[in-house]
Formats: sequence, structure tokens, C-alpha cells
Amino acid sequence: MTALEFIPELGRVVRESVPRLGAASRFLLLGLGRVVHRHFSIQQWLRQVYGFGVLSLALMVVAAFFTGMVLGFQGYYALVRFGATSALGTLVALSLLRELGPVLTALLFAGRAGSALTAEIATMKATEQLSAMEMMAVDPLAWVVSPRLWAAVFTVPILCVIFDLVGIFGGYLIAVPVLGVDSGTFWSQMQSNVSFRGDILNGLFKALCFGLVVAWIAAWQGYSAKPTAEGVGNATTRSVVAASLAVLGLDFILTALLFS
Amino acid sequence: MTGDPSMRNRAVDWWVGIFVLLGIAALAVLAFRVGNLSGFQYGEGYVLHADFNNVGSLKVRSPVKLGGVTVGEVTGIRIDPKTFQAEVSMRIEPQLKLPVDTGASIYTQGLLGEQYIALQPGGMPQDLKPGGTITLTQSAVNIDQLIGQMVFSKAEGGSGSSGSGSGASAIPNPPGQ
Repeated sequence: MTALEFIPELGRVVRESVPRLGAASRFLLLGLGRVVHRHFSIQQWLRQVYGFGVLSLALMVVAAFFTGMVLGFQGYYALVRFGATSALGTLVALSLLRELGPVLTALLFAGRAGSALTAEIATMKATEQLSAMEMMAVDPLAWVVSPRLWAAVFTVPILCVIFDLVGIFGGYLIAVPVLGVDSGTFWSQMQSNVSFRGDILNGLFKALCFGLVVAWIAAWQGYSAKPTAEGVGNATTRSVVAASLAVLGLDFILTALLFS
Repeated sequence: MTGDPSMRNRAVDWWVGIFVLLGIAALAVLAFRVGNLSGFQYGEGYVLHADFNNVGSLKVRSPVKLGGVTVGEVTGIRIDPKTFQAEVSMRIEPQLKLPVDTGASIYTQGLLGEQYIALQPGGMPQDLKPGGTITLTQSAVNIDQLIGQMVFSKAEGGSGSSGSGSGASAIPNPPGQ
């Protein structure tokens, strides 16, 4: 591509992506605001919490357990050179509570629930179910999108707190029985260095933001997908890629804001 | 959708309820066990006290060791308003009976590690009663203070002034000096 072709290409990208971002933002605000709409159903919301949360639980627990065990091994390897293995509990807990718990929960959530959410809404659009709802004077934003957005915002922090707990337990299982770190030191160092507000609640706030962003991207990709079989596939791929990158980027910003 | 819809909804309600309860329970455990929201007491054993001039960076739940083996943990540290000494409470394993002239010292694990209490059992026939106080104590070693004393003792030694100054307490001098 020559420089002369590059400049109009850049302009085209900007001209297409900026209004798209605007439409996505409007979609998010309208979707969240439909919680007071008469077509918003608590029953639908509960069903989504079940699908996003309860059915993701096994995946989260397994992932958290292995993450914690790896943290225990790797942290021990780094700390044992300085004779500072008593700090292993702090290292495992702070890594999980502040970074790994929220981020890994959100990435797994994007892969498991976000992709399904995109595919579901995109298929509804491709098979004209959304149009049919509008024909019946049922608002698809209130009936389909809003319960899913709110379910994700509600579910991801709960999944994250379970992830944190199981991960710390995994780290404990490696540190104390396998590597021989003193159990009292492990917990007391953790307790004296972890603050409830500063670390635990800030981590959960991160998870809440990630849940909102993942659900937003997933629902928007589904809602704006091309109504074809290929469009559904493309939207699902884009949803997972964009949500994962957004989580990692947003994590940097939130870490700088919350923990600096 | 299969089966009676209302039954299906009830099952979903149940599972979501269990899920939320799990989340709340996990948060409570994190708050009390991992965070420092409150002391989470557990285990059994009897309580002993010991007064130290300086506990250094000893913390609640630090280990109490006897011959290198963990036999208990610190359950509380507070200052005695009359003597201005730090009073440390510790919980000791119930089967371990310690003589009344047992000593307690605060040592550090490794160079930068956490501090712990080391017990040195004495030889008296009577045992410490639960709630009793260990009187033979040795405070935590303050490295800054040690370095300071060493520097001053070196300076005094170099200028040829009286050698038995403040440095004598930091570095054990030979008795004949």
C-alpha cells in the first residue's frame, strides 16, 4: 500500500469506527436503562445468571485451583533464594486478589459465556427473532439484552471471589504440605499484608467492570452482526478477541487508578 | 424447554440462590481468613503470656517454636500500660507441658524473614499453668540499633577513648577486657 492510498484508508477507518463506537455506547446505555422497562423480566435475568454463573462454576474452580498451585510453585522458586519463603502467602494472595483473579475470571467468562451470548443474539438476528419481537411490540433490548448485561455485571464478581478463594487454597496446598512453608507464617503474613478494602474490594470492583465490558462487547457484536451464518461466526470470533483485549487493556488502567 | 415450566424456573431459582450464597460465603472467608478484618481464632491449646521490652515485627499468628518445631502461635500482642512492656499471648499445644523456668526469645527466620518466638525449656519440676507468664524473656534484635552501636564502638575504639562504652552491650567482649 502506498502512502497515497494509506491516507484515505485511514480516513475511511475513522469514519466507520467512530460512529460505530457511538452506536455501541448508545446500545450499552439503553440496554442498562431497560432494567426499569415493563418487558424486563427477573425470570430472564435469573436464567442468565444461571447460565453465566452456575454453569461456569466448574470451569472457574478448576482454573483457579491450577493457577493457585502454579503461583505457589513459582513464587517459592523466586523467594527461596532470598530465604523469604515466609512471604509466599502474601505473594499468592495479592497476585490473585489484585490481578489474576479478576483478569482470568473475565477472560474465561469472555470465552465461555461471552461467545455464547454473541452467538445467541446474532442467531436471533439472523433468524429474524429480534424483528419478530419488534413486530409483537416487545422491546428486544429489554427482553434479550438488558437481562444479559445485568446478569454479567452481577455474576462476574461472584465468580471472581470464588476464583480468589479456590486459588489461594491451591497455593496453600502447594506451599504448606508440599514445599514445607510454615502454615502459621503463610496465613499470618497474608493477613497482615492484605487489606479488605484496598485489595479484596478493589479486586471485585475490577471484576464488576470486566463483567460489564465483556457483556457489552459480546451483546453488541451479536446485535450488530451480519444476519448470515458467516456473520454469526465472525461476530463470535470478534467478540472473544475484542473482549479479551479490552479486559487486558482496562486492567492496566484500573490497576493504575486503584492501586497506585 | 422440557417439563413443567414452573418447576424448571424453581430449579433455576435454587441454583442461582446457591450460587449467590457460595459467593457470599467465599467473600466472608476471604475477609476473615485472608484479609485482616478480624482475628479468626481456631485450634485448641492453652494460653501463656510473656513480657518483652521489644517485640520487633512479631505479629499475631506468628509461630511459636520449641527446638525448631512449631508448637503454637501468637494470639495477641498488647502494651502493658503500667510497665510499658509488650505483653505477648500465645497458644501452645495442649499435650506440651513446659517447666516454670522456660525462656522465650524472639528470633528472625533467615536474614529478612518473619519473626517468631523460640522457647527454651528449663529444668524445674513444676509446670507452667495455663494462663501463666514466662518471666525469662529476650527481646527481638533490632538490626538498626546493632549497627548503630557497632559504628559507635568502632569510632570510640579508633579515637582511643575508654573501650567499655556503649559498644560493650552490642558485641560481647571477652571477659578480661
